[in-house]
Amino acid sequence: MIEIQNVRKSFGSLEVLKGIDLTVNKGEVLTIIGGSGSGKSTLLTCINGLEPIDAGRILVDGTEVHAKSTNLNKLRSKLGIVFQQFNAFPHLTVLENVMLAPRKVLGLSKEKAEENAVKQLTHVGLGEKLGVYPTRMSGGQQQRMAIARALAMSPEYMLFDEVTSALDPQLVGEVLDTLRMLASEGMTMICVTHEMKFAREVSDRVAFFHKGVMAEIAAPEALFGAPKDPELQKFLAATH
Amino acid sequence: MFSYTFHWNQALKALPQMLDGALVTLQVALLSMVIGLALALALTACRLSGNRILGGFATAWVEIARNTPALFQIYMAHFGLGNFGIHLSPYTALLAGIAFNNAGYLAENFRGALKAIPDTQARAGRSLGMTSVQAFRYIVLPQMLRIAFLPVTNQMVWAILMTSLGVTVGMNTDLAGITQELNARSFRTFEFFAIAAVIYYLIAKAVTLGARLLAARMFRY
Repeated sequence: MIEIQNVRKSFGSLEVLKGIDLTVNKGEVLTIIGGSGSGKSTLLTCINGLEPIDAGRILVDGTEVHAKSTNLNKLRSKLGIVFQQFNAFPHLTVLENVMLAPRKVLGLSKEKAEENAVKQLTHVGLGEKLGVYPTRMSGGQQQRMAIARALAMSPEYMLFDEVTSALDPQLVGEVLDTLRMLASEGMTMICVTHEMKFAREVSDRVAFFHKGVMAEIAAPEALFGAPKDPELQKFLAATH
Repeated sequence: MFSYTFHWNQALKALPQMLDGALVTLQVALLSMVIGLALALALTACRLSGNRILGGFATAWVEIARNTPALFQIYMAHFGLGNFGIHLSPYTALLAGIAFNNAGYLAENFRGALKAIPDTQARAGRSLGMTSVQAFRYIVLPQMLRIAFLPVTNQMVWAILMTSLGVTVGMNTDLAGITQELNARSFRTFEFFAIAAVIYYLIAKAVTLGARLLAARMFRY
């Protein structure tokens, strides 16, 4: 369970999160929608401890992410995150990209790590690309590799930060299909996305962020079918 | 009037001796690069440490190495330290001077290379649970070395050429030192230095070519 309690976060004088309260249960798929600068991506990097917070707290299975005593590196192996930029490691093959962290962080043997990496890569449809360098692949393939790389750490939660925003339109589908597959397998996921159709179809709940505030959260039918917040109504009218 | 008569035969007889010198030259250059690379990595680590004293030390090193004559750096290692009672042999002083110079230039090359690697790379490593040291070691460093490879090769060539400054501190076993001694005995300046120049040229070219082959093997991406 991820518990976000009254989290505040500023970059300089700009407050990007103005007291967020949110609980994500095991097995749940939560999507976060909202305009740019609404704070949705920042929240993900805070959950993962990549960004410090100014107030409030975030608990992952009861462990406070930003507590000094927390071993962030250990916690992060529980929290997979995939970014908008694929961040493929260009000097490593696809297989090596996926093997690196399990070997160095989890201390898996080469054989174990390779077996696991092959499994994850096959799962996202890249079983034929093991020896290829990522720069030779399409954006969609690189992003699926990034997903496999995160999954190879056997995370209990997956955070997706606009993972299709940097892709050519024709490549969005293959990445969303991968996310759908994970959702159907019961992975706990928080997806920040601009793909409304995807959000509608895959989510248990959808949250709408506006200017650092979670303006509305509801099941997708309610949020998209009968939005209450006026900003959300405007947002949906503009994106449809 | 142009009345000089070339005496190539006499000069060429000294070729084996000069080639022995070339080996010493290559040895000094290689050692200075190995030491220089290790120092440059340490200087880079100092600059990245966020510690002001370490960072200041590294920056001062780089500034001095890059903005003062290499000749002075070698002089200082031999005569300068000699004033304080630290007596380095010509060989050691030459090696120390060039290594100092190499470290400064290479550290600056590394800095440029690091700038070319997006922060998101290390961040991606951290997000997978790596420590900052692991992320640097396995993700940033290999990419940095590739970007810096060509400048490092240039510095190696430069190190070979810098060894010739050893004559000024009494180095007499390397190519320049031997050439200078032959010259002093025979006054066949043009012949001896022309042959030495060809040898320097060939060594430099061989290093560049070797580096290119190595790069093709090492960097497949």
